[in-house]
Amino acid sequence: MIYHDSRTLLEVRGLRASVSGIEILKGLDFTVNSGEVHAIMGPNGSGKSTFAKVLAGHPAYTVSAGTVNFMGRNLLDLAPEERARAGVFLAFQYPIEIPGVANSQFLRLAYNTLQAQRGKDELDPLEFDDFVREKMKLLEMSPDFLDRSVNEGFSGGEKKRNEILQMAILQPRLAILDETDSGLDIDALRVVSQGVNQLANPESATVLVTHYQRLLNYIVPDFVHVMEEGRIIKTGGKELAFELEARGYDWVAAEHLEHEAAGRMAA
Amino acid sequence: MSAIADGYLENLLAGQPYLPPALPALRWINNLRAEAVDRVGELTVPSPRDEAWRFTDISQLTRSSFQRAQTATTLRPVDIERFDIAEAANRLVFVDGQYAPQLSRTAIDCGVVVTHLAEGGEAHAALVESHLGRHAGFGNNVFAALNTAFLQDAALIIAPRNSAVAAPLHLLFIATQPGVASYPRCLLVAQTGSAVTLIEDYVAMQETAYFTNAVTEISLAEGARVQHVRVQREGNEGFHIANCAVTLDRASSYQSVSMALGARLSRYDLKVLQAAEGAECSIDGLALIAGRQLADTHTYIDHAQPFGVSRQLHKCIVGGAAHAVFNGKIMVRPGAQRTDSSQSSRNLLLSDRAHIDTQPQLEIFADDVKCNHGATVGQLNNEEVFYLTSRGLPDGVARKLLTYAFGAEIIARIPVASLREQLAQAVMAQTTDQP
Repeated sequence: MIYHDSRTLLEVRGLRASVSGIEILKGLDFTVNSGEVHAIMGPNGSGKSTFAKVLAGHPAYTVSAGTVNFMGRNLLDLAPEERARAGVFLAFQYPIEIPGVANSQFLRLAYNTLQAQRGKDELDPLEFDDFVREKMKLLEMSPDFLDRSVNEGFSGGEKKRNEILQMAILQPRLAILDETDSGLDIDALRVVSQGVNQLANPESATVLVTHYQRLLNYIVPDFVHVMEEGRIIKTGGKELAFELEARGYDWVAAEHLEHEAAGRMAA
Repeated sequence: MSAIADGYLENLLAGQPYLPPALPALRWINNLRAEAVDRVGELTVPSPRDEAWRFTDISQLTRSSFQRAQTATTLRPVDIERFDIAEAANRLVFVDGQYAPQLSRTAIDCGVVVTHLAEGGEAHAALVESHLGRHAGFGNNVFAALNTAFLQDAALIIAPRNSAVAAPLHLLFIATQPGVASYPRCLLVAQTGSAVTLIEDYVAMQETAYFTNAVTEISLAEGARVQHVRVQREGNEGFHIANCAVTLDRASSYQSVSMALGARLSRYDLKVLQAAEGAECSIDGLALIAGRQLADTHTYIDHAQPFGVSRQLHKCIVGGAAHAVFNGKIMVRPGAQRTDSSQSSRNLLLSDRAHIDTQPQLEIFADDVKCNHGATVGQLNNEEVFYLTSRGLPDGVARKLLTYAFGAEIIARIPVASLREQLAQAVMAQTTDQP
């Protein structure tokens, strides 16, 4: 939701990043204010997931230019764990399985690490159990998932619920959901979306990285951005998603080229 | 004593004790010992030129001199509380190779004979004679020969026909004195239809150099089931060389989990012979080492008869400048049709200086079998580390957790809850991310 008294959470300017020597992000600008929901759409290979990972600090990506300001701090100076503590959360497209580590143990370790950083009290296993069970209700997850190894043997939908459960527990200021809708059936999509919607608040913001308009029926964005060739080439309201669904991406790219050509002519 | 070719062995043998006034029924053991002494005289210590010791240089061991313990232990039960395994009502404790009655608990009648050779050997003389030294040959194995040359006492466990004991039996070997060589020996005879769980546990209460040279023999009669947990958590300066030989009769089942955590240099040779039809074994192992440790595991599963099943998962986690060796041979002999065998060696290197040599070997001389094997060597996956750090965990904690997770699959197979918990904590504490 757009609030008139919101503050800027994230400001990305001219971001360039590469992986294995190949430049993927080529001068990206992006601004998120508190309370807002943004959707980043675009064809395969446009750099959406790369952008999400660069924001979270994935070590495989090298940033060569640009700035990323997050709540007054230079995000690019921070290690992934410091970004998490600052309030950045990435829901993974492919969550990792960790056999032998109970989900409850992992969730509590993550929660307590952040609590300690925020100068708040850690929870002992019993207190945490109460806390996490409450959050699990939100995602219609069985408490059985606490005793199982992290993501091990979880279905695609269960893994995505577990991601949103982590988001519910860690209470980030900026949640980036990378293709959270992929591999979800309609019921799981509804539950996951409800969870995200209920976690939304005026202090924080959500960025959805997605391929399909479908998710946006459940989580209604304030802004829809189209990414192409490592840049955001068009921004609109939620209606842009419908247009993309109906017409595909090619026209946006064509329009962008025209604009650029016109810009060069004018100059 | 005949002339001894190898000066190092001669030194070790010089400390050889003689049996206490030989019990008539066990007099044959003196002959076994004499044979072993002769064999030691003919053998030399292995060098990297020997195929079976290609990757394991034991010159550190052979440069040091060790003697048998001269003094009896003064340890009290309270001193060794931390090695207690709650489920194990019966426990035999050997300190520096000597049986320690004041630390052992054998009073609880669990339907299984839990004793040691010097005390209970005579009552079971015929059984002992048909098994002791019969499974672990020493023809070409100088360490098994040395152990047998020093054979004086042994842990002796006999599970009578159709007995089933739920509580595990704990054999605890404690090293307390510097410069000591000890020769632990175990014999487990599981008679027809019996079921028993054995924990063989090597610990230290010292940080100096010493030498443990152990031999374990396990016999499973028809339909017997043995669960064998072996924990090598010797001191950091200890040398540990052990041989275990297991013989499986018809439709018997042997499950083993071995953990190699301690010692400066350790070598474990496990030989499992499926001597009759329809025997099953699962043999899992975890070596977790760092610093300058070396841990070598050699296993040999001998499918000598049809319808045998074997499963093996061996993992090594190697940090620092440590070196792990795994050699797993699976032999399917002519006529061992319908053998079903799978073997997997998975290895995790935590540093650039860490080293692993892994050699799964399959030799098949039967045509109707199902066998597969494989090996992987890798490092911690950056994607996995990133997942955990993106949740706020410091990089070191993330790596520790993932390293633990790699080993947890083996620990989970230990059939004794409190030991599983103990080892899970030990592994968690030991998994470091040295550069």
